[in-house]
Amino acid sequence: MSGHFLQVEALQKVYPAQGGGTNAPVFEDIHFHIDRGEFVCIIGHSGCGKTTILNVLAGLEEATAGDAFMDGREVRGPSLDRGVVFQSHALMPWMSVLGNVAFAVKSKWPDWSKEKINEHCTGYLEMVGLGHAIHKKPAELSGGMKQRVGIARAFAIQPKMLLLDEPFGALDALTRGTIQDELLKIVQATHQTVFMITHDVDEAILLADKILLMSNGPHAKIAEIVEVTMPRDRTRAGIHHDPQYYLIRNHLVDFLVNRSKTYAGVEAEMFHDAKNPPVVRPGLEEERTPILKQVINH
Amino acid sequence: MRSLTLKAGFISVLLFLIFIGAWHMATLPKESAGATGADAEYAALMGKGAEKSGGFPPPLEVGKAFVTYLSDPFYDRGPNDKGIAIQLGHSLARVGLGFFLAVLVAVPLGFAIGMSPLLYRAFDPFIQVLKPISPLAWMPLALYTLKDSNVSGIFVIFICSIWPMLINIAFGVASVRRDWINVARTLEVNPLRKAFLVILPAAAPTILTGMRISMGIAWLVIVAAEMLVGGTGIGYFVWNEWNNLALPNVIFAITMIGVVGMLLDMIFGRLQKLVTYRE
Repeated sequence: MSGHFLQVEALQKVYPAQGGGTNAPVFEDIHFHIDRGEFVCIIGHSGCGKTTILNVLAGLEEATAGDAFMDGREVRGPSLDRGVVFQSHALMPWMSVLGNVAFAVKSKWPDWSKEKINEHCTGYLEMVGLGHAIHKKPAELSGGMKQRVGIARAFAIQPKMLLLDEPFGALDALTRGTIQDELLKIVQATHQTVFMITHDVDEAILLADKILLMSNGPHAKIAEIVEVTMPRDRTRAGIHHDPQYYLIRNHLVDFLVNRSKTYAGVEAEMFHDAKNPPVVRPGLEEERTPILKQVINH
Repeated sequence: MRSLTLKAGFISVLLFLIFIGAWHMATLPKESAGATGADAEYAALMGKGAEKSGGFPPPLEVGKAFVTYLSDPFYDRGPNDKGIAIQLGHSLARVGLGFFLAVLVAVPLGFAIGMSPLLYRAFDPFIQVLKPISPLAWMPLALYTLKDSNVSGIFVIFICSIWPMLINIAFGVASVRRDWINVARTLEVNPLRKAFLVILPAAAPTILTGMRISMGIAWLVIVAAEMLVGGTGIGYFVWNEWNNLALPNVIFAITMIGVVGMLLDMIFGRLQKLVTYRE
């Protein structure tokens, strides 16, 4: 075992086909690791199995093959060590906002008194800017506010790792921007380890330390790992003034549009090592074409 | 909105008056029909013949029955002559007890069936066969085994209210949103807490729907069951008054059955509203 906080090895998922038998694996040979305090985003086209990978890490789904280890222990079933923010916020509509967070906190610390739980929850709800709405029902909140409650609920149990499944996918651009800023602030303050699925290239650049690029499914793999080399104290307002920003952005878009298809099947085997996907730093210009270099080096 | 309620109320009253009016017209005594010699003689022979009207009671007579019974609902003069409130009380007690027993069985069983696809399939054929059986068909078996007409009545209520409840609870529990279950799983919530704090409130509207349907059926069935087993209750009252050929009393009892049934349904409607959540 290596010393990484989260280690994923040779993960593969095969879904049974409709009339018996098996389909081609959605993804295979997935290797990656996350260090403590890192923010890792995963990007890829629909159907490459991103959500399945996240569910495996959450313990909600089982991989067909391969293992995931967190903090030296194998991931087996769901655990309070991993907080999940669901795409559809998944708040219980019969509980108040406070009740939803308190339900999670009480699950983690069953011995706490009611006052202590309420105080703890209120603190986290204030952190996401919902201090005024703690007694409302989820139905009375806007989509953005609901998602904030979901984030507060995940943070409130102080998990070792946070798993975010496209948390802002259903929000409008303005709301998304505000919550991204908030998440950025909270993560910078708490040094939370995060694994997040997104479709939004800008979101990934703003939030992540590393971006995993997945090739298209079936037989999806991690094609590249892009390091976001910009300083950590980014803001949404200032990030596009950084010269690195467009270099990274172009690299990502380029991958999604042109190259994501070519990392599967025979072609991939020729020049791609799934166990050690190439790490690229497109922000620093001299390293922009690592794949060609690798091929030449071989 | 208010004016709509007002208008609807006005039309309801109007419809009621038209109905009573038509009823009155239809039951007016026929002119001079009874004046022929032979009939008069026959009437005299029959003693009370003079006051006997043509057949169906007119609204006024039924109104008198309403006044008589409602002015003294709690009297008790022996087994065949009790106030309407006492008769309804007996029926409600049977329905309440049978229904309560059905809840005791249906809730845990429905939860188990709803949570386990295996049990769902294993129980399904039994439920499908037992559900369409008329509850009164159980009566001979119940009377033979339980040897008590009152207990048999309660058993019939139990058996007729259990199926809609069981099916709705199982369905409600089985179709709780996957997301909520996943939240509970990631929070490592223990099964008991999950059942009471996640699944029960999530399925509560469906469960209450099942209970409402069950209560409606139970109230339908109790009248028939009491006609069969006799003794007390509103069903027995109807049958008794039919044997007395006292149709005004029968009409009065029918109206009471309707009113109580409506009140029961309203109570469950309220409860349903209470547990319904907005997403």
